[in-house]
Amino acid sequence: MTTETSAVVAEGLHKRYGATRALDGFDLSVPAGTVCGLLGPNGAGKTTAVRILSTLLRFDAGRARVAGYDVARQPEQVRGVIGLTGQYAAVDEVLSGRQNLILFGRLHHLPARIARRRADELLEQFGLTGSATRSAAEYSGGMRRRLDLAASLIMTPRVLFLDEPTTGLDPRSRNQLWAAVRGLVADGTTVLLTTQYLEEADQLADRILVIDAGRVVAEGTSAELKARIGADRIEVVVRHAAELGTAAGIVERSSAGPVTVDPEIRQLSAPVVDRVAALGDVMRALRDAGIAVEDIALRRPTLDEAFLHLTGHQPGAARPSTAEVAA
Amino acid sequence: MTSTLREQHRAVAAVGPARRDTGRPTGPLARLRWAVADGWVMTGRNMAHVIRSPEEIVIYFSLPIMFVLVFGYVFGSGMATGAGNYREYLLPGVFVMTMLYGLGATASGIAMDVSRGVVDRFRSMPMARTALVTGRTGADVLRALLEMTILVVCGLLVGWQWRNGLLDAFAAVGLILLLRLALTWVGIFLGLMVPNPDTVGVIVFPLAFPLTALSNVFVAPDLMPSWLGAISSWNPLSATVAASRELFGNPGTGGDSWAAQHPMLLAVAWPLLLIAVFAPLAVRRYQRLSR
Repeated sequence: MTTETSAVVAEGLHKRYGATRALDGFDLSVPAGTVCGLLGPNGAGKTTAVRILSTLLRFDAGRARVAGYDVARQPEQVRGVIGLTGQYAAVDEVLSGRQNLILFGRLHHLPARIARRRADELLEQFGLTGSATRSAAEYSGGMRRRLDLAASLIMTPRVLFLDEPTTGLDPRSRNQLWAAVRGLVADGTTVLLTTQYLEEADQLADRILVIDAGRVVAEGTSAELKARIGADRIEVVVRHAAELGTAAGIVERSSAGPVTVDPEIRQLSAPVVDRVAALGDVMRALRDAGIAVEDIALRRPTLDEAFLHLTGHQPGAARPSTAEVAA
Repeated sequence: MTSTLREQHRAVAAVGPARRDTGRPTGPLARLRWAVADGWVMTGRNMAHVIRSPEEIVIYFSLPIMFVLVFGYVFGSGMATGAGNYREYLLPGVFVMTMLYGLGATASGIAMDVSRGVVDRFRSMPMARTALVTGRTGADVLRALLEMTILVVCGLLVGWQWRNGLLDAFAAVGLILLLRLALTWVGIFLGLMVPNPDTVGVIVFPLAFPLTALSNVFVAPDLMPSWLGAISSWNPLSATVAASRELFGNPGTGGDSWAAQHPMLLAVAWPLLLIAVFAPLAVRRYQRLSR
């Protein structure tokens, strides 16, 4: 996959902090002009990967290229073509929104007049004109994040890194941010986005990498990943624990994967492909078998379940030695 | 909602100067020009911080005024030296002491910078990597210039004066600012060693206070026990204080030690030595943030 057209490439990146392996053979290749979503729980190594690729952090082993430049050997060139918006807003809290954007424009070596004009344009676009002279410390979380993104866009970046850009944002700010990202991509920018939310990756990313314990454990389009993790689950709660076995057999016939049984709460759970058909089939079959059902429902898999499925363990738990490394 | 979102795409996509890969400096001269330009922009940023927090200005500039009044009157009235008017003896020392305490602002300023998220943006931008530290130095020397103005005005009000002409007085101020410049590098190093900005303010005082006491700021080293006097006369602060006393034409110059007899040489040599030691240490420390 390492071709000329890849805007971001990482091969076998390793980074350790003491005994912790933050990245443990991390590979990535993002075709130019696309959005790649890096999906994983806290501590999976997403932020480490972004900090390495944006030249903020050195790595111990491996290779990384951004927009054709070697991250280790040509960090200045890399900094010239990237934008970075982190988990917390990287803006000067004392300065006003406008002063911030002028400062960053000047540090991009724009002449003062152009830096001021660019600052005003960006304030307008991100709906911050009204608070342009207020200090960034007085901004709401959403406003600060917008200012942060605006600061990354003073010069149109060829590669934009977004590290959990919408964590803690209200839905309106989140939609605005997503719209801005789509606009950039339409203009040719490549985006690497980290997120804990399947939905966000789903909305924005052309391809999704699932990362766990510092390495990529699954990769594909949103549709491919959903098919692999079982898009939906059916859950049945039976009235009598004695009937769990029979009910499991019935559910299994309509399911696309193994049935999990929780005797404590008399619940069966199984992945299904065609959700509505499966629901009808299971209900009919249970009624025909005379099994009393207390509750039956369809639901989307949680990220935890997706992880369990892809990695064989709960997110955050120690990786079993025989972890299946699917990709 | 959809239409406004679409407008936003278009707006964001439509503008924005393209990134210039070629805009990077190549020769050493072009790099230096970048470093100076970026350092100047960062100086402006730090000055904007001062202007945006007026309460800080009041606190910041009340310290030199208080030093002049408290030391000038309380000590100046109660103490006598063999070398004439104590208040006139004391004031060059107060000037230098104020410069030393400025180190705290430098250290906590840089510690604040690197503890905040904004440092990530600076470090991921195509700007000179030295700009964060040189901008701090530039702004602090500018602030010191303002402080010196206030100190000199206050000094004149309490009866201090320069007696050797304006040119020598400017030379004395120049030497004091040179020491302040050297101290900013010490402050930057301290600020980067102790990354918690709250801790920095606390550690500066116990460092600065003995340094002032063990110098010629308050008492002539010749009046101290000999071993203490030797330490005091070789103290970098003493060199600058003695040199500025000489240039201002204030009492208390001269002494038995070699150091006391060559204050001009030492007032230039000490700051240069401090810069030579602490500037590379500070820059290296700053670069190690990427570990």
